[in-house]
Amino acid sequence: MTTPVIELRDVSRGYDDGPPALSDVTLTVRAGEAVAVLGPSGSGKSTLLNLIAGLDRPDTGTVTVAGVRVDELGEAASARHRRARVGMVFQFFNLLDDLTVADNVVLPAQLAGMARGEAARRAAELLDQLGVARHARTYPGRLSGGERQRVAVARALMNRPALLLADEPTGALDTASGEDVSTLLTELNAEGQTLVVVTHDLALARSCTRRTIQLVDGRIAGDVSAEPTR
Amino acid sequence: MSALSRVVRSGVARRRVQTVVIGLATTMAVTSSVLGGSLLVASSAPFDDAFAEQRGAHLSAVFDAGKATPEQLSVPVDGVTASAGSFPLTTITPSDNQPGDRAPLTVVGRTEPSGAAVDAVTLTEGEWADEPGELVVSADGPHAHSPTGSAIGRRITLTDGSTLTVVGLARSVSRTADGWVPPSWITAPEAYQVLYRFTAAEPVDAGRAAVIAAVPADAMTGSQSWLVLKKAADRSVAVFVPFLVAFGALGLVMSLLVVGNVVAGAVGAGTRRIGILKALGFTPAQVVWAYMAQALIPAAVGTAIGVVAGNLLAIPVLAETEDVYGAVTLTVAPWVNVVVAVGALALVSATAWVTALRAGRLRTVDAIAVGRTPRPGRGRWAARLTARLPVPRPVGLGLARPFARPARAAAMAAAVLFGATAVTFAVGLASSLNQVQIARDHDSADVTIGVSDPGPQPGSRPGGRPADPPDPAAVSDVIAAQAGTRAHYRTGRTQVTVTGVAGTTTVVSFTGDATWDGYQLVSGRWFTQPGEAVAPTPFLTATGTKVGDTVTLDDGGKTVTVRIVGDVFEMGNDGMVVLTDAATLTATNDATHHIAVRPGTDVTAYIDSLNAALAPLGVTARPGRSGQASDTIILINSLTATLTLMLVAVAAMGVLNAVVLDTRDRIRDLGVHKALGMTPRQTIAMVIASVVVIGVVGGAVGVPVGVALHGAVLPAMEESAGIGLPASAYAVHSLPELVLLGIGGLLIAIVGASLPATWAARTSTSTALRTE
Repeated sequence: MTTPVIELRDVSRGYDDGPPALSDVTLTVRAGEAVAVLGPSGSGKSTLLNLIAGLDRPDTGTVTVAGVRVDELGEAASARHRRARVGMVFQFFNLLDDLTVADNVVLPAQLAGMARGEAARRAAELLDQLGVARHARTYPGRLSGGERQRVAVARALMNRPALLLADEPTGALDTASGEDVSTLLTELNAEGQTLVVVTHDLALARSCTRRTIQLVDGRIAGDVSAEPTR
Repeated sequence: MSALSRVVRSGVARRRVQTVVIGLATTMAVTSSVLGGSLLVASSAPFDDAFAEQRGAHLSAVFDAGKATPEQLSVPVDGVTASAGSFPLTTITPSDNQPGDRAPLTVVGRTEPSGAAVDAVTLTEGEWADEPGELVVSADGPHAHSPTGSAIGRRITLTDGSTLTVVGLARSVSRTADGWVPPSWITAPEAYQVLYRFTAAEPVDAGRAAVIAAVPADAMTGSQSWLVLKKAADRSVAVFVPFLVAFGALGLVMSLLVVGNVVAGAVGAGTRRIGILKALGFTPAQVVWAYMAQALIPAAVGTAIGVVAGNLLAIPVLAETEDVYGAVTLTVAPWVNVVVAVGALALVSATAWVTALRAGRLRTVDAIAVGRTPRPGRGRWAARLTARLPVPRPVGLGLARPFARPARAAAMAAAVLFGATAVTFAVGLASSLNQVQIARDHDSADVTIGVSDPGPQPGSRPGGRPADPPDPAAVSDVIAAQAGTRAHYRTGRTQVTVTGVAGTTTVVSFTGDATWDGYQLVSGRWFTQPGEAVAPTPFLTATGTKVGDTVTLDDGGKTVTVRIVGDVFEMGNDGMVVLTDAATLTATNDATHHIAVRPGTDVTAYIDSLNAALAPLGVTARPGRSGQASDTIILINSLTATLTLMLVAVAAMGVLNAVVLDTRDRIRDLGVHKALGMTPRQTIAMVIASVVVIGVVGGAVGVPVGVALHGAVLPAMEESAGIGLPASAYAVHSLPELVLLGIGGLLIAIVGASLPATWAARTSTSTALRTE
């Protein structure tokens, strides 16, 4: 059995006086798995993603990612952990408009202090691999949604993270682009990339993951593993 | 509470930084304006009021009695609206064998004090001199007080043996005489005095020329312009005015800039809020009012604080001025407060209105749709360039930032520029004033004898001088013989009169080389032989002479002509001083000795040894270099420090506000950076780097501007105060110091950006990513 990349133990998180966003969640994701987190709005999907990424801390419970207790990390350590082990893809891409595609992709490596030449080579390799190498000197505003999301994925993979988190990666894309990105994620997982996708989109979940976790009112209502559809 | 009030209240409370910045900027502008305005008013009001009341003389002229008769002096003169005289005039000298001041007096024969069409003298005490042998002395002169208190009743024996009894004290704003006697007492007048008022009060030169043309040739031997008196009367306050005007202007421009930038930033940052307000039914006018009110509320608070602070700061300065005018009580004119307060609020309103109009005119649909991030496209070249710089990536990202928002960056640079200008100007001014202090004190001597001794010297008697002053030459011989003496000189003082100039002039006579003791020249050179002298600008102005001219000094009937070879910086006796060689004029007063010891000499041991040698002569040596700054200089330094701190604070707040706005604009990008692994320290580095270019540019431009301002204000202070400053007061900036001051601009920017940088570092990544 492969080692766990994500381990959540009895994790709860609440905001103000409202009901808890997550309640007693226990979850393990192993290396190479592709997991979809499904659930309606307010079910706790984004909170779960933030906790795994180290963007937020649980009120109770522990969160371990790639062997590191991220719930115990300070801001700086959390940032270092994230850039080394976690790649993130967002619904609205979150590319920096004033940087070229290449500069966007190379940014996490530069933050990590990677040598300039090595970072440039890695970025070029990723852009080529994801089919957007011709846009390296273009600004994100000139790309289609699908192309932007490919660039975002390239950026997320820049530091060879142990875990790729995708938050509604096809939510802002048309059907064709959404399928394109879905295929990309499937291919990455096939190459061994551990993947957690938060989505409303059942079709996306089925196409690119082999396990779905259903969240309802902050609790895991279902955790189903299935053979991949491919 | 109306909907508009709620919107305004929430805007003021929510935008705390912007509220504080507007308040502080307004406080700064109002404080400096109240201070400057009050002093401007105070500097001229007492003299002008008294001059108008007494129908003061624009020109008091003295004519040689041997060259012009009273009839010839009464001819009509073009441009003269009123005249008084001719009055007989003579100089009297008290004899040596009596207590009290023995300075000579210029006395004028007048039958009554206040009836004249010009120079209606005010009798302040006693009665007018009606009988021969009676004398009224000037309340502002050295004879107004006797050793026993009031001068009234004092009998003054003159050198010719005659006696005058002081029966009254009077004040002439025009300073036309040191004393007044019945005309009949002056049986053989040396000269006549005629007092004129002109159609055009200034310049006086045209009127003087008309008078000279109307009377017999060469009859006028001296004249005094009212402008010289006004300048002398205003001097203690006037020296403050140019630098306060400079600070006031800096403060005002900077405040307008900061307020304008803050309100513009508020409109820019609140575009979506404006859209929502309009969608809810707010009219464009209501939106304009809402944004104007958000600026006016903190501005009103800042104005109130500024008025109070300005009044408080003005108190010590006005107290200095009160000393000049005696009983006159000076307060901040209420209208100054009102004008400044209304003016400041009007300017803030106008600035806010211009930017708020933009808010009112925004189309609702555009306002709601607009994103908070800047339009892409600006500054991309800078982003490309900095991405290739050999600096950590967060620093590169920060360096490119100003080019994405050039207008905001320019406003920030302007704030830093003003801050750097203020600091450079203030440091320069403080250095100049220190140089002035050094030049004023000329106390480089290590040891002195007879200078400001607090206790009585051996052999002294109450109210007088030592019964048997030691022979100055004998003291000098002892000093010269003392081991460790490097250089020494002695000075003596005597009072003389100068034709056409009211009051007395102090002559300081030097024995030995004094050039090592800190005397500084404004122009010309130090005297090198008998018959040569140096004098300060006020003396040259009062006598209408310049370097190279000769001037005749009257020492109790004995006249000595000296050639002025240098304009020396000397503030004693209101600048009515002549410094010359002892061989030119024999001093009557006690000598003071100034000694420099050889390097490595123990001054205390030297003084002990010297005092032992001086004991038989009855004088005591004491350490030199008092180093005490004048009250005026201490006050200016304090005001400079206060105003500079305020300006720097406003500059830093201007930067802070702009960086806060920028951070808010970029909050989503910030979240992305942090999600990609940017640490808090890297975030701080990025935000700080975003102001580095601005700080460097602001400092680089602000420093030369500050130097130029310093160079412009010093001559204005000279002009305003009627003094000449030595070259050392101008040459105060060195290259290393200027570089450090330039770095000061960078520091202002970094200090201003530090707080928002910390906020940015602490911002929750998930919150930043969620922010719309």
